[in-house]
Amino acid sequence: MALPLTLYLLVFLPFIAALLIAIGSGKGRALHSGIAAAGSALGLAIVFAMAGRVLGGEVPTVSAPWVPTLGLDFSLMIDPLGLMFAVMILGIGLLVVIFGHFYLSPTEATGRFFASLMLFQGAMLGIVVAGNVLLLLVFWELTSLSSFLLIGFWKHKAEARQGARMALAVTGGGGLVLIAGMVLLGSVAGSFDLMTILQRGDVVQASPLYPVILILILIGCFTKSAQFPFHFWLPHAMAAPTPVSAYLHSATMVKAGIFLLARLWPVLAGTGLYTMTVTSVGLITMLFGAWVALFRHDLKSILAYSTISQLGLLVMLLGFSAKMAVVGAVLHIINHAAFKAALFMSAGIVDHEAGTRDIRKLGGLAKVMPITALVATIAGASMAGLPPLGGFISKEMMLDETLHVSLFTIPWLVPVVATVAATLSVAYSFRLVAHLFFGKPRDLQAHDKAHDPGLGMWASPAFLVAVAVLLGLIPMTLAGPLVSAVVEAVTGEASPPLGFALWHGINPALGMSVAAVAIGTALVWRHAGLQRAYDGLRHVDAKTLFDRAMALTDRRIRKLIVAVHTPSLQRMLLATFAAIVVLIIDGAAMGGGRLTGPRAGLPASTIAVVAWGLLIAATLAVVLAQRQRFLVLIFVSVIGLVIALAFVHLSAPDLALTQISVEVVTILLLLLALNLLPKTPVQLSSNTRRIRDGVLAILGGLGVGGAAWAMLTRNPNNPISSYHIANSYTGGGGTNIVNVTLVDFRAFDTLGEIIVLGIAGLAIYAMLDTTERGAAGARLRAWQEDMPHSPERHPLMFVMATRILLPLVLAVGIFIFLRGHNQPGGGFIAALVIAIAFLLQYLASGFDWTDARRKVGEHMLIASGVLVAVATGLGSLLFGANFLTSSFGYFDVPFIGEVELATAMLFDVGVLLVVFGAVMQALAQLSQIAQRAARSHVARTNIQQGDES
Amino acid sequence: MTLELLFATAIGVLVAGGIYLSLRGRTFQVVLGLTLFSYAVNLFLFASGRLTIDRAPILSKAASSYADPLPQALVLTAIVITFGMTAFAVVLALRSFLESGSDQVDGDDAACDRHAKPSVTSEPSE
Repeated sequence: MALPLTLYLLVFLPFIAALLIAIGSGKGRALHSGIAAAGSALGLAIVFAMAGRVLGGEVPTVSAPWVPTLGLDFSLMIDPLGLMFAVMILGIGLLVVIFGHFYLSPTEATGRFFASLMLFQGAMLGIVVAGNVLLLLVFWELTSLSSFLLIGFWKHKAEARQGARMALAVTGGGGLVLIAGMVLLGSVAGSFDLMTILQRGDVVQASPLYPVILILILIGCFTKSAQFPFHFWLPHAMAAPTPVSAYLHSATMVKAGIFLLARLWPVLAGTGLYTMTVTSVGLITMLFGAWVALFRHDLKSILAYSTISQLGLLVMLLGFSAKMAVVGAVLHIINHAAFKAALFMSAGIVDHEAGTRDIRKLGGLAKVMPITALVATIAGASMAGLPPLGGFISKEMMLDETLHVSLFTIPWLVPVVATVAATLSVAYSFRLVAHLFFGKPRDLQAHDKAHDPGLGMWASPAFLVAVAVLLGLIPMTLAGPLVSAVVEAVTGEASPPLGFALWHGINPALGMSVAAVAIGTALVWRHAGLQRAYDGLRHVDAKTLFDRAMALTDRRIRKLIVAVHTPSLQRMLLATFAAIVVLIIDGAAMGGGRLTGPRAGLPASTIAVVAWGLLIAATLAVVLAQRQRFLVLIFVSVIGLVIALAFVHLSAPDLALTQISVEVVTILLLLLALNLLPKTPVQLSSNTRRIRDGVLAILGGLGVGGAAWAMLTRNPNNPISSYHIANSYTGGGGTNIVNVTLVDFRAFDTLGEIIVLGIAGLAIYAMLDTTERGAAGARLRAWQEDMPHSPERHPLMFVMATRILLPLVLAVGIFIFLRGHNQPGGGFIAALVIAIAFLLQYLASGFDWTDARRKVGEHMLIASGVLVAVATGLGSLLFGANFLTSSFGYFDVPFIGEVELATAMLFDVGVLLVVFGAVMQALAQLSQIAQRAARSHVARTNIQQGDES
Repeated sequence: MTLELLFATAIGVLVAGGIYLSLRGRTFQVVLGLTLFSYAVNLFLFASGRLTIDRAPILSKAASSYADPLPQALVLTAIVITFGMTAFAVVLALRSFLESGSDQVDGDDAACDRHAKPSVTSEPSE
């Protein structure tokens, strides 16, 4: 396969998988995880296929302009750094999918789960292969959004919702800051192309904006990678299902910040400000995370704080601005991904099999779940940095590097704090393993329940642990070439010679390491006393602070809204109308001329005058009888009818057809709504208010009517319509210019309009579908019939007549549709006519009867309509024409004769589907609500009658 | 009397009725007001093509001049969109009535206060 396609495929694969899973969300768990696993595996295969070339120094790149005016290109590139992350994202992703398949029960919403997981995978992959910083930001935000879905997956749990919201607020907020930083960076560097930016590090660092850029970007990275003081979202994100934690918090989400730091290393690193800020934030986070992790009781919480600590370690190493430190960081990224994902999965297994994650209730599990114990112990040992595991090598490198750094001109500060943090890491790792798997069981109930899971669940962590062991035993073979290539990609210079090995002879780093293990072991031995001391300290609860800050922001914003935007529709409308009246009067005064223009009028026939009189009378009647609501509907329909007749008279047959059918549908809609609304409410406004409104209304009427009169009595100024008339047949292939305008000349407008209509339909569904719940549901169930109804719910004559009418009306609708291009008609009108035929079935035979016979849902109609219309438009792109260009031809069909087929007709099919869907959505939903209310009323009446008899 | 005069006065009356009803305090009246107002707007748009009799915008060899097709096309979609808007407003009104037990557009007198903090939903009155 050609290279550009492969890169695009790599990025789009997870999104395609997510879409497929979402489409098949009604199917079983195996399908969902199967698609997810296949997608990840295929992506992994693509990456491996490219690996040779990428490590050989080639950087596959593709680029397509997206929004060229902003400098946003859809450009992708994969260098060794991107490759390493892509392998982790896809590889651990695959293992997590396998683990998740067995972890989640088939009764859970596995479709939603795996679809969100794939969405996240795609977003994460996008970050690491993006070749344009603006594109990177798009994917960056997408990881925040998709992780929100994943963390809040168990949406019935309050802590999951709160954790998800907090993660979104912190990482999403950091993302916004990052956008500011990246835009500044791009403008200083003169390009948003990543490769170009990376080569202009000196320009950026010389700029006076450098400190601002640095701080903004660092805030973005630190929020994402849970650095102090933005770390608090991560422990709360543990409310997510464990496979999510294993994925997001070992190799992906939280590593995005680390990735970006490494990516922008040549641009940002090396200055005093950078070294000081990044090193100290990393150091504090490392120490703080390790300290808290030692005293947590929830397994996942321990792992969360240990992750914070390890991320601090990585940030610190990148902060040293030294090449050897980058080597250590890169190696530790790999190590951490392996052991942390394995530990999260082990914690998930324990939770799954023992029913609790509280370390105080667990213990001695090695006897009942030996495989899990073995896996978790090795992973824990790697986290503690014990030989002969991968964690040992990277920790040694870290300790060694600290000796070369002096922070705040104090040479011993970094090594000492780092050793203390390493000691605490040893302690929390040992405690985790020892209290979980060894010693005596603390809670027999949990202990007796526990057992090793099936192969499916332990296979993934076992594989990762095997990698962790090999990273210690054969580090040069397994990671040497990769790490050296990645370091070259990060620093932009040749990598220093690497010599990963377990034994480097006796050196200061080894001494620090031995001290850390010895003291760490002692800490675990004396843990009970330490814990008591820790519990005695006062702790700041980050969540309370966060909640308080959020509540405060919320209150301020509400106050601000009320201050600038009065929450009264009446007052706002009054202001709007008054402004319009003033503008019209002002315009008339500025125009300064006469109201009446020179254009000669058309004589009015007697019928026209009578119709006009009817319209005026009906409008007045609507206003006067506004509280007798059923009566008003009759007057409204009179107005609509007169307008439809006016369209007939004034040479607008298409409009007349549309108006009359919309009129029917609107009156049906209002009737249905009135069924549930109060029929004759009491008067609300005071007399002065009514006089005020009346005066404004009359002024407005005079103004608009006068404007209409002024326009009608003047000749149009060079209208563009002549183009439409001249080209309708030759260019659009139809003689009905109105229809050709709709589906061809101005098809883009029409597309927008049907989309709006579709959205209105869906919004109506959203509003009505949830009326069952809460106060609305209670009110609906308590609904009383407040007017006499026919004793016969489905009158036989009505039912029979509508059923006979249905096929006839359908035929009429199809006829109207087909002739639309050349005669009055078309998709809009046909859809309304057909909708009326169906609505009659609902009215006559009841919602249930009709609904049971319905084959296609309205959602589907709206969606497919929009898709058909868009696809028709895109089709013209294939032939090199502009979007929505139509083409047509004449074909000779046997027996029928010459038939014209235009692509515009296909577009009109889309219009028909959307309009039909939206109309049906609105009315069918409304009738369902009304019928449900009526039924519960009947049921209650029957019960009451039963009680009385 | 000319057709233009009838047309312009009809628009004026519809606008006046529309404004007056839109300013009423109950949702259903506001919906009615919107309906009248939309009629007027559609007619106004249509009027921008000027009034013509017996000249439909259908091409034929016999016709020498046509009605202006462009405003007609715009008004056609506007009529359908108007329906979408009315339906949305009606459903919004219904939902708000079911939710709060009141069909007033601004809730009740305490509307301003209620916007400041989440409303406490009361039980429906029997």
